[in-house]
Parts: sequence; C-alpha cells; structure tokens
Amino acid sequence: MAALATLGLLAAACSSGGSPGGAGNNSGLTASDTGITPTTITIGSHQPLTGIAAPGYSEIAPAANAYFSYVNAHGGIFGRKIDYKYLNDQYNPTMTATVVHQLILQDKVFAIFNGLGTPTHLAVAQFINSEHVPDVFVASGCECWNAPSTLPDTFGWQLDYVREGKILGKYIAQHFKGKKIGFFYQNDEFGQDGVKGLSYEIPKSQIVAKQSYDPTNIKIGPQVAALKAAGAQVVVSFTVPAFTALLKLNMLGLKFAPQLVVSDVGSDPITLAGLLASFAKNKTAGFGNSLTQGIITDNYLPSLGQTSNSWISLFQSIYQQYLAKTIPAFDGNVLYGMSVGYTFVQAMFKAGKNPTRADLIGAINKGLAQGVAVAPFAYSGGDHNGITGAYIGTIKNGVLVPNTGVYVTDDSAAGAITTDSTPQPAAPANGIPSP
Amino acid sequence: MSTSPPGPYPGSSPDEQSRAAALVKESAPPAPPARKLGPFPVPTLARHLGIAVLAAVVLAVASAMIGDYRDYELAEIAAFVVAVAGLTVLIGLSGQISIGNGAFMAVGGYTAALAFLHLQWPLAAILLAATAAAALAGAIFGVAAARLRGPYLAGATLMLAVALPALSTQFQSVLGGDQGLGFYINVPGFLGASFSLSRWQAWFNCAVALLVLVLLANLTRSRVGRNWRALRDDEVAAALAGLNVARLQTVAFIVSASCAGAGGVLLAVWIGTVSTSLFALGLSIQLLTAAVLGGLGSLVGAIWGSAILVIVPTFLANFATSHGMTQAKSSSVPILAYGVVLIVVMVAFPGGIQGGLIRFFNLRRRRPADYHQEERGTT
Repeated sequence: MAALATLGLLAAACSSGGSPGGAGNNSGLTASDTGITPTTITIGSHQPLTGIAAPGYSEIAPAANAYFSYVNAHGGIFGRKIDYKYLNDQYNPTMTATVVHQLILQDKVFAIFNGLGTPTHLAVAQFINSEHVPDVFVASGCECWNAPSTLPDTFGWQLDYVREGKILGKYIAQHFKGKKIGFFYQNDEFGQDGVKGLSYEIPKSQIVAKQSYDPTNIKIGPQVAALKAAGAQVVVSFTVPAFTALLKLNMLGLKFAPQLVVSDVGSDPITLAGLLASFAKNKTAGFGNSLTQGIITDNYLPSLGQTSNSWISLFQSIYQQYLAKTIPAFDGNVLYGMSVGYTFVQAMFKAGKNPTRADLIGAINKGLAQGVAVAPFAYSGGDHNGITGAYIGTIKNGVLVPNTGVYVTDDSAAGAITTDSTPQPAAPANGIPSP
Repeated sequence: MSTSPPGPYPGSSPDEQSRAAALVKESAPPAPPARKLGPFPVPTLARHLGIAVLAAVVLAVASAMIGDYRDYELAEIAAFVVAVAGLTVLIGLSGQISIGNGAFMAVGGYTAALAFLHLQWPLAAILLAATAAAALAGAIFGVAAARLRGPYLAGATLMLAVALPALSTQFQSVLGGDQGLGFYINVPGFLGASFSLSRWQAWFNCAVALLVLVLLANLTRSRVGRNWRALRDDEVAAALAGLNVARLQTVAFIVSASCAGAGGVLLAVWIGTVSTSLFALGLSIQLLTAAVLGGLGSLVGAIWGSAILVIVPTFLANFATSHGMTQAKSSSVPILAYGVVLIVVMVAFPGGIQGGLIRFFNLRRRRPADYHQEERGTT
C-alpha cells in the first residue's frame, strides 16, 4: 500500500515536468572527452548476468541502471543522459578481458563503472589504467583497488574486506570470548583479505580451522566436515551468496550447527533465502528464511528493514517504478546497485559541466560527501578505498536487525576501531545529489 | 588383457601384404615436382615464405586501418590459428585425435607467466621456453598416446584437459588458483609511445602465427608429412612399409603440443593473465571445433576455423543485444549459433570450410594434403 502511494507520488512528480537539473538546457555542453556528447555520457561495466555468481549479483547492474533512468528522467547530469552498457562476463576473468576491451576500444565508453568481482576485475584493472579510463567504484571490497600509485584511475567503493574483517573480528572477539572459531573463505584476494582483517582482531588461540573453496568447485562437503571435526563453535564465512547457501545446507546435512557469521557480500537475506529454497528444492513458504534466521553479518548501507530511512524509501519508490516488473523483490542487491549509482552521479556532478576523464578522477580524489552509506568515504589523493565503516546485525525473519552502532576503522593491523555516532545524512528530496 | 593392437608384422598373409603395399603406394606418392611459376620451378620453402611475407605486409597495413578493437580480435584469431594449426595437423595428417590440446596451451601459458613474473625474460625467450615446455609435456604424453587408439586416445586426452588446469588450485601459491597470475607486457619502446597496445599484440601474434604456418606447411610436405599420411590411412600398411608407427605418432603429438603451447603463450599475452578459466575444458573443445569447421588437415582451414571461433560469438551477442534482447539472454545466443554453424557446415561441407571451398571452386589441386579430403568429401 505504502509502495503504491509512493509510486503515485512519483508519477505525479514526473508528469508535472518539474525537472530540477535544468533539462532542455543543453547549451554550452560539449563532447568534452571520449564517451561524452552534448546529450549523453556512455559508461560500461562487466557483470555476472549468468553463471555461479549471478544469483543476486545479476540484479546490481539493472538496479544501478534504474537509478540512472530516474536521474535521466529528472534532468540528467547537467542535462546529459547516462547510457549504461553492462556486458555479461559470467564471473570468468577471460570473458571479463574480452568484454572490457570491447567497451573501451570499440564502444568508447567514458568510464568503466562498478565492474563486479575480485578475480574478474583483477584481470582488467591494469589494462583499464593503461588506457587512462576511469575505473570507478569497483564492485568488490578487495584491497587491491586502493593503489593510487600503480592504479591511479581505479577506485573501490564498498567497505573493503580488510576493514570488514576487522569489524566482524572485533565483534566476534567481544561476543564469543573463548569460543572455538573456524574460517570458511573464497580462495582468492576476496577471502584472503577478509581473513587478514579477522586475524587482526581475533586471538590466534581461538582459531581452530581455516577452510577455503574455489568458486568453480561446488563440492564443499570435505571443508565443512573439517570445520565440524575441529569443533568450531563459530564459523565466519567470506563467501559469495551461492556458497553461503551451500555452506548452510552442508552444515544441515552434517548436523553441524555453529553460530554462522557471514561477510556482507554473501549475506543478503532475500537472495540467500531464495538460493536455499532452490538448492534444497523446498518450495515451502518461509523455508529459506527459517535457515537464514540468526546469521550474524555486517552492513554498510541502511538495513532494508528500516523503512523510515529516507534512502530506503527513495530507492524503494524507484524500484517500484523501474524494476518491479523484472526483479521480484527490493533486496540488498537492488539497494547496492542504486546506492553505487547514486555515488557515480555525485562524482559526475562534482567533475563539472564539461568533464574530462581526468576531471572525474580529480573530483573523487578531492573526496566525496557521505551519501547513502552509514559511514564516510575514505577517498583522497592517497587513498582509493571507499566506505570506511559498518554496523553489525542479526538476520531475523528475513530482515537484518542492527545490533550495534556504526564502527569505523582503517585497513591497517594497528588501526583502532571506533564508533561513529554522527547520524547519516538524509536523502535529497528530489533523489538526485546536488551539483 | 587383450589390448594388443593388430600385428603389422611379418607373418601376415601374402594377400594382406600386397594390399598394404598397394595402399602405401596410393596414399604416399613421391613428393610432387616443384610448382612452376612461368618457366621457372619454385621450391616449396621459397613459395611458402613468399606467401607469408605477402600476408605479413597485408596484415601490417590492415592492422593500421581496422582500429584498436579489430586489432585486438586479430591478435586473438592469430593465437587460435597457432593452436588449431597444430591440432589439425595431428588429427588430419597423423590420424590421432586429441580433445586435450587446451592443456598444452595451459602449459605454455603458465610457463610464460612464470618466466615473465620471476625471471623477467624478454618476450621472444619466453615464447621459446614455453613452447619447449609444452613440447616436453607433449613428448611425455605422446609416448603414452602412441599406445592408444581412437576413443581410448580421445578419452586420455580429455582427462588431460580436465586434470591439468586443476593443478593451479592445488599449487595455489605458485600458480595462483582460480584467480590466476596476471602479467602485463607493454609495447616495446622502439615503436614509440603512441603505438597502440592492441596493434602491437596483433603484430606479434600474427608474426608468430605466420612463422608457425610456414614451418608446418613445410613439415607436412616433407617426408615426415608423407609418412604421417601413410599411417593415417593404414597403420598396418605403413608399418609393413618400414615406418616406425609409434615414433611418428609421438613426433606428431610433440609438434601439435608445441603449437598449442605457443598458442597458449599468445593467448596469455593477449589477455594479460593466465587462470584456470582461461584454459578450461571448453577451450580444448573449441580448438577441436575450429579444426573440424575449417577442414581437418588443412592449414588454411585452421585460419577459417579460428576466425569463426572469435568473430561469430561476439558479433551475434552484439547483434542480439542491439535488437532488443536482454544481456542475460543474448549471452546464450552465441552458444546456440555455434551449434547451428557446426551442424550446417558438417552437413553442407563434410570436408570443412576449406574442403567446401576447394570443391566449390573446383580447384583440383592434386596435392597430397588435399587428396585424401576430396576423396572423403565426394564419397
């Protein structure tokens, strides 16, 4: 009902033609750089639309695109419309290289935006930088994107896995004192960075097992058995959603029920519930939610349960207008896609009216205002990490319920973890960042 | 255990012997006289080199005109040509089948990455070392392969394609696991700062491909090539005629593995990374498909097959997207089209594209390489 009401409001706003960004006034707009014309900004991305990482993640690019459509319909960026081309790489680094070459060499995009995945994006980051194309807001929390000297055009966005590991690790060390802890992680920079952060905070004596998986091999039974054999009472998992679901189901099969703590990227309750139901071939209503009940995770965006949050209601209404037909639920991936889209629009406004690629890089290097995230961005000339903090919560009835305030930290071993009590800024009334 | 092959040994019936002798005579004719250009005879090597130089000039000019992305595709095609040419010689000439040449590409690719990352060798040295490593792997496997026939050989090579890339997850610290090893080779300084990376890659890969094609073209027209054809057509007869079947088969495997290794290096340099997904089983199947599509045993066919392999999927995916299909759906279009192309070519031209072209233009060139194919195509 509420959704319908907001939809109605939104439709009214559209038809009244009140476009705040000054649409129709394209005077003075030039083709300032590759991928920019007086009327459009073309950007590209590589996304797992099919394959092992597709469940959940395939919604991210359409969601970002929905936010761009919303911006385009409300005046665009200084009057230019965003044309977002996202190509399928199936989470396969070889395919990533092919599609990114196509985007840069053939489609002549202005920037690569939100390329998804650690192993995939690693295969192309150097190429993108050698072509001096902005490589903004990579959809991966790998520390590798924070390398201003070797990858000057690359910027992370989401909370990096080292920070995330530290924040989760501190919570575990506080709340599960003396318990035996096992790690389950993806065997690449994603999982390894997470384990690095966890190890900074959790006493070595408590860690009884470290098991990893390769995303190409779905048989994780032996690893789960090893965690059980080690007597783990808490299992911390740095996994993509499909492998979080596999982990949970393998645990059920072995009658192994430790406290599960999952990294943000693998813990969206709605995606997980769907995967669990489909893997277990169990269509009973509520089956998936019953299995996600009690999972502890962190989040750097507002929880979907906080319906009074101005960002959640803004994106919910955009979801209703642009996405409800193609994506069944307003879940964490949709929120992620719209949020990162918002940050891009923020950066483009800051880059100026006729921006070059260097202008965009310069704008982000000067720092971006905290938008949709619960903690500030780290962006500066010497730091290309994105969001710097998160809160911890527990999944209850398919919704993440926050347990703590927002923790903020850096990515070093010694860096303190502090509580950030500054309230999150509210979303702009028209849903578009001000220039 | 009744695995002993039919014995091509003294003691076979006189009837069998004369049949064998006749077959050897038919399938391995003496080297044809050198082609004549006007009144002058042109030696084989000179002719192949001439064609290669001409092709190099055309490619160099074309690479400057077709734009960066086409250069990039050209480099990919050239990488595949090298690997497919080796495979088509193995299957079409020596009569052995391999579904595992992707594994030899992996040997080449990983050797190149390791040599680059740990030893910082120049590109040419890397290429030689990696080709040698693949040749060694081919020799080891070839000895075993020489004892296997038909489906058993296919099965063994399939196992190789599945098992070998998995080593990289076993030895993750050295080989990088699923994430692989990234290595980035820059445009050499003497070409100037503004020379595009894609064009340099196209140049390098095409140069290697032309070199490999010249070497293979000469090899297939040499005594070794004739001996391969003899044992392809009738192993018993070839053995009776005094050929060492096992050694010839092993040599064919080494040649094919070396080509795959060199192709693996080119592919790795082109993409800037080696990983398990790059050398997955699908790659081996693609090589086989390209060899069959182009026409088994034909080097020109290897070029056709590789070009189709590279161009058709991207073209169709883009076509489908620009005609309103969603990305998720259009990415399955190439797989579908691939199957259709394969079926159509096999029905219309059983001898592959090159076999079909020869028939179409009625180029009745009675060269040994084409002889067998035409025979097959018309019956």
